[in-house]
Formats: sequence, structure tokens, C-alpha cells
Amino acid sequence: MQTDRLLTGVLRAGAVLAALVMLLILCFLLLESWPVLTGLSVFRFLTDASWHPLEGAYNLMPMLAGTLLASIGALILAVPLGIASALFIVFFAPLHLASIYKRLIELLAGIPSVVFGFWGLTTLAPLIGEWQPPGASLLAGVLVLTLMILPMITITAYTALAAVPKELLQNASALGLSRWGTVRGVALPAARTGITAGVILAAARALGETMAVLMVAGNVVQYPESVFDPVRTLAANIALEMAYAMGDHRSVLFVSGLLLMLLVMVLSAMAGLLEKRRYA
Amino acid sequence: MVKIIVFSLTSRFVIATTVITFCGLIWTVPTAANAGSQRLVLTGSSTVAPLINEIARRFEAQSSGVRIDVQTGGSSRGVNDVRKNIADIGMISRALKTDEKDLHAFTVALDGISLIVHADNPVTALGRQQIADIFTGNVSRWRAVGGTDARITVVNKAEGRSTLELFLEYLQVKNSAIKPHIIIGDNAQGIKTVTGNRNAIGYVSIGAAEYEVQRGASLRLLALDGVEASVENVRNGTFPLSRPLNLITASEPNGLVREFIRFAQSPQVHDLIEAQYFVPADAN
Repeated sequence: MQTDRLLTGVLRAGAVLAALVMLLILCFLLLESWPVLTGLSVFRFLTDASWHPLEGAYNLMPMLAGTLLASIGALILAVPLGIASALFIVFFAPLHLASIYKRLIELLAGIPSVVFGFWGLTTLAPLIGEWQPPGASLLAGVLVLTLMILPMITITAYTALAAVPKELLQNASALGLSRWGTVRGVALPAARTGITAGVILAAARALGETMAVLMVAGNVVQYPESVFDPVRTLAANIALEMAYAMGDHRSVLFVSGLLLMLLVMVLSAMAGLLEKRRYA
Repeated sequence: MVKIIVFSLTSRFVIATTVITFCGLIWTVPTAANAGSQRLVLTGSSTVAPLINEIARRFEAQSSGVRIDVQTGGSSRGVNDVRKNIADIGMISRALKTDEKDLHAFTVALDGISLIVHADNPVTALGRQQIADIFTGNVSRWRAVGGTDARITVVNKAEGRSTLELFLEYLQVKNSAIKPHIIIGDNAQGIKTVTGNRNAIGYVSIGAAEYEVQRGASLRLLALDGVEASVENVRNGTFPLSRPLNLITASEPNGLVREFIRFAQSPQVHDLIEAQYFVPADAN
């Protein structure tokens, strides 16, 4: 049919455009970081004494560790909380409370990250600082990130749980399963793919989050010895230094962008692998 | 179904048109620029460049047919390019050195940095050596410099910032020697960090700090080597942690170059200078 062909064409063009944008970004990152990728040995990013680009020291590893630690910490807190909230909305809350609660979570998802950052900078970090100075720390970063990805996990988990076929749940009740038994034995396994997808999206967001983390994490380039030590993430590094960087310094910042992108790519590959294993 | 197709078609169309118009814009800008009759090239310090960029934009708006090109690359590039006639005007974030007396310098603004602490901190003044000790980690508690017995939180700036550069120059240390607890980006973040932490010490542009104190932020500007930190003391040249931001030319300026330098020194741009937290230089 004419419209069918037209639609296929249009959709194809759209898909190509989206893929092209992704490829162009990768090309751009490679192009901008090319001078240092060829000029310097790659091992310098792993073994240099520190990150002082103006003094020719380019170790990116502490920032990679900072990025991973902050994201993993946030996931550890947000995943159980998010899934619990979603279960509460779908199975345990009274109808009107559930809808109010859901609105609230959606509102939380809509708050711009810089607002979280500002709150963290003026309230959370000083609070932690009273207890364990200096306050701006890995912990503050983790907490702010948790708040940001929590609604994302909740909403995706809610959608996945709400999409579990009614028959499955009715069968479970017919078999005399308790509510918790239904949740654990039927609903959660059935919604697993959707929940995992949500968690991976949230992880990607946590890895790339810039402003909020920049404002609360302290940004000192080091391997943290405790959660009260400040860290710098790769994304924060770019935002902090890009405006004033020149020459090699600028190129190395693009390398940290490339590294961040690589990290997200590994994450999405892992997600794909998980999916495949489930259906194999 | 048809409705959906029509919708997706129209939205695609809108997106496509936007993309095409955008690409068109990118194409036309350079050609339009080349048509300009008079062109001015400025190169040099990345500290001065953002300010001059703003000033240049206002200058272009006021005088038609003028196009001003501002490029960064450091003060030394400014000096080089002016000497080699590659640039009409150079920008340097310092005074002329003795071997550069062949050039002409015109001060546009002054850049001053103040050390800041929380208003509850009893310390009111520090000397150069004390500051160096604090920032390099030799002194880690406030008691050693006349304060309470609390651990000092050192707030440093991110690499590449001009305030960091000036601060390091003043202390005569390298950035790798500094042991920071928090690293910040812009002035506002530095001020928020220090007002939120009783034991923090940081440094920001003097204009920004003074503005926040006037608005009631719990912040104190520390006197330095016995000189009070204020915009006034930066302007009259007594405050030690400051430097002039200069435009330089190879010969006595005339024509468009002179016009632009006069404009950059005029009160018409004081709001732009203050917006970048620099201090306008005296008119004479």
C-alpha cells in the first residue's frame, strides 16, 4: 500500500537519523581526542601520578572509580526502594492513596537535576559536614543520585508490574496464594524484564549525571578511602574544566567523555547479554 | 490509523524543516561575516577573552559593518601576535614585563581575589605564608592560625580557572602541591560551599564575595598581608592578590583600534566588567 510504503520510508529515515546522531557524536569525540590519543601513550591515563593536566599528569582512573562508586552506591539504595514503592502502588496501597503517591513520584522525576544539586550543596552537604567534615563527599553524591534515579526506577517498575496479565494474578489468588506470595512468585518474575530495563536506564543516567554531582561530591580527584571522602566523576570533570581548557588539556577532557561513553556502551551491552540469556 | 500517520508525517515534516533551516543558518553565517567591511582581531589571555567578547558584541551592535574576532591562547600568545602583526590587539592578564616596554598597554579592568571564610570563624586576617601552609596541608587545624580547634576544609578551584592561576602565582606553589578537600567551579559554588561549612577556607573573585556579603551571606573576606579585601583596595592597587587586565598594541593605536580600546575603557561597559566579577579600572 501507498501509505504503508510512505510510512516505512519516513520511519526508516527517522531511525537512520537517530543512529547517525549517535555515530556523529562518537566520531566527534574521537576527532577531538585524537591529538592526545596518538600523541600520548594510552597507559598515561592509567598510570600517571595524578590529574593535573596543566602540569602534564593525566590519570583518569580515580575519576572512573568515582563515577562507578557513586552510581553503584545510588543503585544499591534506589533499586530496593524503587521496587518497593512500585509494589506498594500496584498491590498494597488503597486506590486513592496509590494515585496520589504515583503523582508524587512523577513530580519527583520532573525536578531538574540542578535543583537537587542546589539542595545538596546548601542543605545536605553542610549536614553531613557537621558530622564528618568536609561534607561534600561520595555519600552526598550517592544520596543526591539516589533521589534522582529513584522515581525513574519506580515508574518503570510500576509500568512493568501493571502490565502483568490479570489472569496470572487471578490464577494465583485462585490457588490460594497470599498477597506476598503472589508478588514474589508471580508478579515480580513476570515483570523482571521491564524492571531490569528501568534499572539499566537509571544506571546510565547516574553515570552521566553532571550538575548535581558536581555541586555536592567535592570534586577532589582521588580514590576515596571512605564514603565521607570527596570524589570527582568523569562527567563533573568535563563540566568543571571544559570552559577554560586549551590544547592538550581540552583533548584529554574529550578522552574522559569518550571513556564515559564507553562505560555506558558496556552497560547497554551487558543489558543486551542479560536479555539474551533469559530467552536462550 | 490514518490520523496517526498524518500526525507522524506532519511532525516529521516539521523536524525536517527545522533541521534544514538550522543547517542553512550554519551555512549562511560565515558568508555573511565575510561581507563585513572592517575587521578587528584580538588574541590572548583566556581570562580577558570572555570579557572582551562581551564588550566586542556591544561594540559591534553600536557600529555597523565592524566584525571583531576574539581568540584565546594565553597572555604570551597575545604578546607574540601583536608583535608579529597577526592580531590588532592583544589581551594579557598581567602588567607588561620590562622586556615588553615596546608595546602599549591599556588597562580595561582589574582582577582581584579574596580569601573567604564562614562568618562564625574568628580568624580575620592571614599572611601569605599562613595561607600557603593551609593550602599545602602543613597546617590542618584552625588553632594554628588563631582560630578554634577544628579541622580546616580547604576549598580549591578547578584547573584552568584564572582565579586559580592568580592564586598559585601569589603563593608561588604548583597546583599539585595543594591538598584540597573540595574543588569548586565558579564563584557562586565557592561562596555556597563556604557559607555552608564553618571550617572552610576558599577564594573567589573579590567582586562576587563583596556582593554576597552585602546581601547578608554569612561570609567573611580575609585581610591579606594587612590590607583589607575590598573592591576599593583592588582599584587603588594596594591589595596584593590582584592583577590588571590589559589590552596591548604594537604601536600607538589609531582608527578602529583606538575606538575599540576607548570603548572598552569607557563607563559604557562597566556593567559588563562587573558582571564578570572584575573591577572596572579608573577612567584616567
